[in-house]
Amino acid sequence: MAIFGARRVLWRSFSTISSHPLRVCIVGSGPAGFYTAEKILKTHQGSQVDIIDRLPTPYGLVRSGVAPDHPETKNVINQFSRVAQNGRCSFLGNVALGYSISLVELRELYHVVVLAYGAESDRVVGIPGEDLKGVHSAREFVWWYNGHPYGRNLDPDLKNTDTAVILGQGNVALDVARILLRPTSELAITDIASHALTALEQSSIRKVYLVGRRGPVQAACTAKELREVLGIKDLYIHIKETDLKITPADEEEMKNSRIHRRIYELLSKAATAGPSQPSSGQRELHFVFFRQPDRFLESYDKKGYVSGMHLEKTTLKGIGSGKQIAIGVVPNVKGRILSDNSGDPTSIENGLYVCGWLKRGPTGIIATNLYCAEETVASLSEDLELGVLASTTRLPKLGRDGLLQILDNRNVRVVPFSAWERIDKEEKRLGSLRNKPREKLTSWEELLKVAGSE
Amino acid sequence: MSRSRYTQRHCCQYQWSTLELLPETRAFQGSIFQKHHGFSTSASDGASAGADEEKGTIPVTFVSKDGEEIPIQVPIGMSMLEAAHENDIELEGACEGSLACSTCHVIVMDMEYYNKLEDPADEENDMLDLAFGLTETSRLGCQIVASPELDGIRLAIPAATRNFSVDGYVPKPH
Repeated sequence: MAIFGARRVLWRSFSTISSHPLRVCIVGSGPAGFYTAEKILKTHQGSQVDIIDRLPTPYGLVRSGVAPDHPETKNVINQFSRVAQNGRCSFLGNVALGYSISLVELRELYHVVVLAYGAESDRVVGIPGEDLKGVHSAREFVWWYNGHPYGRNLDPDLKNTDTAVILGQGNVALDVARILLRPTSELAITDIASHALTALEQSSIRKVYLVGRRGPVQAACTAKELREVLGIKDLYIHIKETDLKITPADEEEMKNSRIHRRIYELLSKAATAGPSQPSSGQRELHFVFFRQPDRFLESYDKKGYVSGMHLEKTTLKGIGSGKQIAIGVVPNVKGRILSDNSGDPTSIENGLYVCGWLKRGPTGIIATNLYCAEETVASLSEDLELGVLASTTRLPKLGRDGLLQILDNRNVRVVPFSAWERIDKEEKRLGSLRNKPREKLTSWEELLKVAGSE
Repeated sequence: MSRSRYTQRHCCQYQWSTLELLPETRAFQGSIFQKHHGFSTSASDGASAGADEEKGTIPVTFVSKDGEEIPIQVPIGMSMLEAAHENDIELEGACEGSLACSTCHVIVMDMEYYNKLEDPADEENDMLDLAFGLTETSRLGCQIVASPELDGIRLAIPAATRNFSVDGYVPKPH
């Protein structure tokens, strides 16, 4: 412990002894980006950190992923805005890697580049009918109700049927179920996008199915979210009691995991608690276990549209780790990016690091990025101390000034933090007119217009 | 360095952490909270302490991730999270005491003090489910409120564990 303390002191003094301030560019302004920035600013006195994001608005999934009815989860934005307001930090919005500026150019301008732009691609299920209209990825649906500029035109059809099926039983699945089933009067006072609120007010969806491949013991959601969805006012919950049967393998899993034990308890209580039939007109939430999609069925009347789906039964075999394969992950060792997939530690790309979902796959909670950033910054600090980055750090880098010059030459309308604050203020103002915490601006034009205005 | 992080602490925060969170008020919590943010950021830091000097304080020792012991005085009625921030102790509080995260996770070092605390509510247990390095005597710092019987309590801030996943999942590189 004393040694660790001494190493920390060494890293700090290294940065101040060096004649050239460490210039870092972080690509992506979600939790991974901001926790990384905060850690670097704290650990390396004199460092300058720029955070770029392709959107004019910062905060990544905290703004566009966290459900509108979970405002407390977004409180972390206050901490992130304090980081952005640090004199050694700059947020630069509307700057897209690969479009406004290239990675090669960034590595030329900065000593260190950290990629923290998430893991966006949708997973292809690979079954017939997946491309039928009405089949949506959670990403696009969540972007839609959260007012992401890329999601505003989704226009999901909520008026021609009373049933929605959600594949998955994790927290995002529960978010979607909740948004579809919650009384709209409750949603009307959140920061939900107004186009989504309007659609939900006209929605005829009354039955939602949450379909999981495994059983209640393996359900991927967590207790707070499950408790919340089970507690929606006047909602009929249906869980098949036979699905609640536990195997010895399940017993073992519950013994080792507090989360799974509590989830199972909540589900079994919900299965037996309520009435056995819904009352007329009551909204319904059905948990379906041990089923996976086999194909989506096309409508006879409306060609190109989904009208149903075929499920097949699953059986669970054995307990294995690594239940998912992470896609869209950049090969890395503790946050140091590798040149190729071989895992060969000598193929490390100097000065290039990764943090967040791009490093770990789309897993975990906001806080997971705190520890992820600690690991990546520890690798960076170690590399600085051991002189691994000496070839770049012994030279001055243009950093922010150089970047802004290039962007200006290319007529890129950079949105600095002060301009985001204008957007923030306007959204709050518009929200106050409707008893909402904010009314999100959802088009690029509106966002840039307000950002640019005085 | 860490001082600049906390100069804009929200003055009424510790009062909010003792506010009982009924499920039906949760939906309104965000807007209430934000109104308070507006209030506290316009008030000067001088007005922020709020604690009654007459009520007194209790000695509390925080043990940092590196094993460093940090003794502080905590006003009766203040949460341990707020107290940590007032003293520049590195305890995260992402959701600012609203039971929507697990980053203020602390370990009560003595069972005797752990037993003096009231059992965690469902809401706190739900968040503890997600805490990294959970132990038998883990609690959320925002839910431990200073009272005379906690005089001398020692709280350890857990070190981050290597596996970050909530459910033990380890991603395969592609």
